[in-house]
Amino acid sequence: MRRIPAALLCLTVALGTAACGGDDADSKTAAKPTNCTNKIVNEAAPRVLVWAWYPNMAKVVDNFNNQHTDVQVCWTNAGQGQPEYEKFQTAISAKKGAPDVIMLEADQLVGFEIQDALVDLAPFGANDVKKNFSEGAWKDVSQGEAVYAIPVDGGPMALIYRTDVFDKYKIQPPKTWDEYAQAAAKVKAAGGPVFGDFGSNVPAVTTALMIQKGAQPFVYNLADKQKITIKLDDQATKDVLTYWGDLATKGLVGKEDQFTTDYIAGMVGGKYATYVSAAWAPGYLTGSGVGAGKDKGKFAVAPLPQWDPANPVSVNWGGSAFAVTSQAADKALAAKVAMGIYADDASLTDGWKTQTIFPLNQGVLKSDEFVNAKVDFFSGQTANKDIYIPAENAYKGAVYSPFTVFYYAQLQAQIVKILGGKTTGAQAATDLHNQIVEYAKSQGFTVS
Amino acid sequence: MALTLEAPPADVTNRTRRRVFKPAGWLFILPFLIVFVAFLLAPLLYAGYLSLYTKGLATGTTFAGFDNYTRAFGDPSFRKGLWFVLKFSVVVIPLQIVVALVAALVLDEVTGRLARFSRLVIFLPYAIPVVLGALMWGFLYSPSFGPIEQIAGAFDVRAPFLLSQGNIFYGLLNVVTWQWSGYYMIIIYAALRSIDSSIYEAARIDGANSRQIAVRIKVPMVSSALVLILIFSLIGTLQFFTEPQILGPIANGSVTPDFTPNIYAYYMAFRYAQFNYASAISFSLGFVVFLVVAVFTFATRKRGGLFS
Repeated sequence: MRRIPAALLCLTVALGTAACGGDDADSKTAAKPTNCTNKIVNEAAPRVLVWAWYPNMAKVVDNFNNQHTDVQVCWTNAGQGQPEYEKFQTAISAKKGAPDVIMLEADQLVGFEIQDALVDLAPFGANDVKKNFSEGAWKDVSQGEAVYAIPVDGGPMALIYRTDVFDKYKIQPPKTWDEYAQAAAKVKAAGGPVFGDFGSNVPAVTTALMIQKGAQPFVYNLADKQKITIKLDDQATKDVLTYWGDLATKGLVGKEDQFTTDYIAGMVGGKYATYVSAAWAPGYLTGSGVGAGKDKGKFAVAPLPQWDPANPVSVNWGGSAFAVTSQAADKALAAKVAMGIYADDASLTDGWKTQTIFPLNQGVLKSDEFVNAKVDFFSGQTANKDIYIPAENAYKGAVYSPFTVFYYAQLQAQIVKILGGKTTGAQAATDLHNQIVEYAKSQGFTVS
Repeated sequence: MALTLEAPPADVTNRTRRRVFKPAGWLFILPFLIVFVAFLLAPLLYAGYLSLYTKGLATGTTFAGFDNYTRAFGDPSFRKGLWFVLKFSVVVIPLQIVVALVAALVLDEVTGRLARFSRLVIFLPYAIPVVLGALMWGFLYSPSFGPIEQIAGAFDVRAPFLLSQGNIFYGLLNVVTWQWSGYYMIIIYAALRSIDSSIYEAARIDGANSRQIAVRIKVPMVSSALVLILIFSLIGTLQFFTEPQILGPIANGSVTPDFTPNIYAYYMAFRYAQFNYASAISFSLGFVVFLVVAVFTFATRKRGGLFS
């Protein structure tokens, strides 16, 4: 308990920043990164250190290294999402320790851009690969003319559900959130499992669902970097938080955090009838043993339920890209890796076949093989053609704040309060709004 | 704590007379001094320096003076964390001390192989690294895999999830008590061993039974060890960090970013990149710890505290 005394924390804080400055010369002549997770094929070639967490990254890195003699990727998995961002953030503050190329989710980009932690890739030929992506996907990674990352995958959301539960309780995939709540009540009344999950640790999902209802939490443009518009106490945000809070407190959906061992065990055992998630989710679930053995063929996917079926709104969760950090020793070489890794046919095919990624590369997205693929995890359903491609095409993009990490942590804390019955959805939205506004002001933003 | 070095006066005069620079002495303390300065003193000074500035994402670094400190003590999150660790101290410290004291008294009374074995077993949790201990309890508490749920399941009831919002206080209480009672037991036991057994003999002749000897003689005679433990655990509990940090990811959000002051400082520094404010929070916490311990030792000075 006393293992980390306050003094020691100061120490770590200080070390993080104390060890900074004056070593630009060092990083130029820095020794090659050696503790790579992967095998280096061409020993003589310069190495580029990459952080990424795709479940099939080992294969992707091998593909890249086998095809290149002039550069080799040295890969490290620094954590999935938040843990990686923490390490990157600390490395930025310390001005050393960051990788050359880093995998980031779309909602994190602007937060690092504002700290000058990412390199504009346009001068390094990023626009040569622009043609491979849709306009929307490209917009998500650029600010005006500047391009801060090369997209790999998107996260169109849909409703994954268990066919065994739906068959047993004779329900159809809900088309609206009203139907979703009714179906949840029906299954519960018949003694079935909880219908879904309102996990506090996936605030990105909750945010996406808020945006689906019409919320626009942030308006921000890096060109005018001190100005931000925040709106989290609007009716749409209140409605969505109230909706899920009600379902959870009535026991219709679970209150468990996601991606934990317990949650995955629940997914395997059929504890949750549905999973509101993104196209890349099955890749992560199968990696943890979901959908195998006696669970095989129990999953199917339907379009995300809507608030207004006449005006359907498509939303994204996650979706990732490769960025070059400003600490990269050789930026041109790092840019080459960012553009080349996970861009070859073999890697992309492996990625979408294992449903680890939802590819944004137009060549794959429009190929017959991808469009008409019968997805194994969903028992041969043509999920790409029927669900995910239309969802991705209808996705309008989203605007994120430069302090996504802080915003998510506060939203998570509010969800925990809702789940504990200590606040209402409406009150949570108001409190959240005030917290974020106050924080933005303390960070020097002009809030409107 | 109660240690005061009393050198014979003759020696003192001797030393003052020959007050010349002796490099050998410095050489001996050099290894310690380097580590002490590099890893404690310098970082502390640097953190103190950091805490006087403020850095905004949109504005850059500016001098703030003591603004960060006034902000920290007015910050509801910091105060909430402080309130939690104070509440936790009030429950966990007496609990640990009672468990440790009873175990030590019993072990002091009985002899033989079983006593030696029990001593080892009670001490064992302390030998397990805190992180591993917390992970292990996380597994034991797990609603899907944990034995608690399995035992409850055998009786067709649902065991409470000990890391839920309502229960996490008790879940952590259990982990901490399990981890530290054995250590405190050893301290008390060592103090008990150093008591001259002729005192017990005298008490027996005066007609005291074992219980009376324990309560009237042994406990008062180890009171300075008890004060020491109290201070140890007070400092430790106010800086509560590791267990909630490790159990947080599986606690369904019960461990909030402002759960304890140390966790709050950690979040500030390593998640939100606010190293300046994090330094101020750390110093503020250090100040509170110092204050509480000073008040406490002053109150118990007759039993051998800092001011004795």
